[in-house]
Amino acid sequence: MGLGQWLEIGRMDELGRLDTPAHRLDARAKVITTIVFIVVVMSFPRYEVSALTPFFLYPFALIALGRIPPGYILRKILLAAPFALVVGMFNPLLDHQVIASVGVWSISGGWLSFASIMLRFVLTVSAALTLIACTGIYRLGAGLERMCMPRVFVVQLLFLYRYLFVIVDEGARMMRSLELRSARPSSLRLRVYGSLVGHLLLRSMARADRVYRAMAARGFDGKIRALHRASFQWTDWAFTGGWTAFFAIARMWNLADALGRILAGGGS
Amino acid sequence: MHMADALINPAVGGTMWLVTAGLIAYCARKVKQTMNDRLVPMMGVLGAFIFAAMMINFSIPGTGSSGHLGGGLILTILLGPYAAFLVISSVLVVQAFFFADGGLLALGCNIFNLGFFPAFIAYPFIYRVIARDEYGTLRAWIAAIVAAVVGLQLGAFGVVLETKASGISELPFSAFVLLMQPIHLAIGIVEGLATAAVVAFVAHARPEALFPAQAVVEPRNSMRPVLIGLLIATVIVGGAASWFASTHPDGLEWSIAKVSGKEEVSGTEDNLHKGLGQLQEKTAFLPDYGFKSTETEAAPAEQTAAEPEQWPTISAGTSVSGIVGGLITLGLTVLIGFALKARRAGV
Repeated sequence: MGLGQWLEIGRMDELGRLDTPAHRLDARAKVITTIVFIVVVMSFPRYEVSALTPFFLYPFALIALGRIPPGYILRKILLAAPFALVVGMFNPLLDHQVIASVGVWSISGGWLSFASIMLRFVLTVSAALTLIACTGIYRLGAGLERMCMPRVFVVQLLFLYRYLFVIVDEGARMMRSLELRSARPSSLRLRVYGSLVGHLLLRSMARADRVYRAMAARGFDGKIRALHRASFQWTDWAFTGGWTAFFAIARMWNLADALGRILAGGGS
Repeated sequence: MHMADALINPAVGGTMWLVTAGLIAYCARKVKQTMNDRLVPMMGVLGAFIFAAMMINFSIPGTGSSGHLGGGLILTILLGPYAAFLVISSVLVVQAFFFADGGLLALGCNIFNLGFFPAFIAYPFIYRVIARDEYGTLRAWIAAIVAAVVGLQLGAFGVVLETKASGISELPFSAFVLLMQPIHLAIGIVEGLATAAVVAFVAHARPEALFPAQAVVEPRNSMRPVLIGLLIATVIVGGAASWFASTHPDGLEWSIAKVSGKEEVSGTEDNLHKGLGQLQEKTAFLPDYGFKSTETEAAPAEQTAAEPEQWPTISAGTSVSGIVGGLITLGLTVLIGFALKARRAGV
């Protein structure tokens, strides 16, 4: 992973700190709704394409409500696409049964299931990305802790996130100084690598020690105290309830099909 | 090898979520019991360290390519299995959320594949056994390489089993295995080399830096993680078996989705034989590999054994994969059992 990606993660951090209607929702409401969303999307039979389209409403709504730049989310989805693409690509190669035809073209099951996989990929990834973009890691951590996630783990998550930038900066500085001093910087020999990364490790550990002393001096007792609201408000209930109902309806009836029979006309 | 949501069905994803959540809760309790506040920032910073280490590449001798540290094994060496499992989980959560590297539904699978195997199998049963308490010696290098390879092989096999059990990818089991295992053999060797190089350096430069780990590592004559591992393996075997079984018409409930989807394609059932015949031809798409013959033998058996009632496009590899996967997983549990016995004798 290059440095460019770290700038991206910094952008995500900024987005998470915004104050919009989507950000003001309780983290738990968004987490639960997103999980329901992903489970429902993945519960469709493998050849389903058209019935999945109404589900785009959810990430779109969050992007709009949370004032998240859509191009940013799209770019991240494309970056993550190769794995699903590679595994999904085998479907058209292996499944040649013609199960639908549109005009003169006949569509094999493989292409249909491939389209379905890619659609689901975009849906699930965009849901996860928008969730974090309109919640932020700190609100998410507080929400997770109140959803009975072990505190040690939540603290670990927040600590990791807190020091991500610091340690990665440290690593980037080491790489830069190495590049300035060596002729072929791109490929390290294993020995050099071992000492370089070993140094990074020692520096990280020394940093952890300093952090610990600073925290102990300020009365750290193994608990990160986050400022959070007392309870689920009616908007949170409405958000979770409304979306869950929508997902249930869209799962039971093919909304795209009902809307215009053109798409599904070739499907059966 | 991060799995994406798009290739996992909710049954598999949910099961692995439960398994992983249980492991996290167990590890969290264990870490809490050590009552070491110092461990908290150490875990967080080391998680961040893994991210930074992924940016730094080294050239692999003899090849043009380069590799980097993966993380699971070195974290376990530094922190012990319980804390390391939590750190690996948190790293994967951040990767899933911020890099879209692995999905949310697949998070349980990913944590299990990349966290459980290095922390609870490769480290205690391979690394510790071979390396003992040596650092930077030949033993330690061999231990790191073997442990990394085994951890990643198991993880890659987990990916295959979970993907196959989800039934979304058409990739035949044998082809998938032949695709994943050799790649992860290479990745495992690279990971082992990187891990050993870093640990050797630290042991040489500041050996006391490795001691906190020793204090944190629980007494390893505790059999509980092993028993839990066995239990989980059993659950997976049971689960996998039932998923494979459910390709029959009277399968489990989760296949209802498949059955309901069937109406749409009922017109093509006559093509089943033709389709399977075609499929049989097409399974030779990787003719260099040895699995071709088993595939072609298996396909006719599939035709006679499971007739048109079945979902028409079940790949010929599915029933084979059920048997092979079940057997291999069973073998795995037996191996774990042996390892358990050996350890008990050794302690």
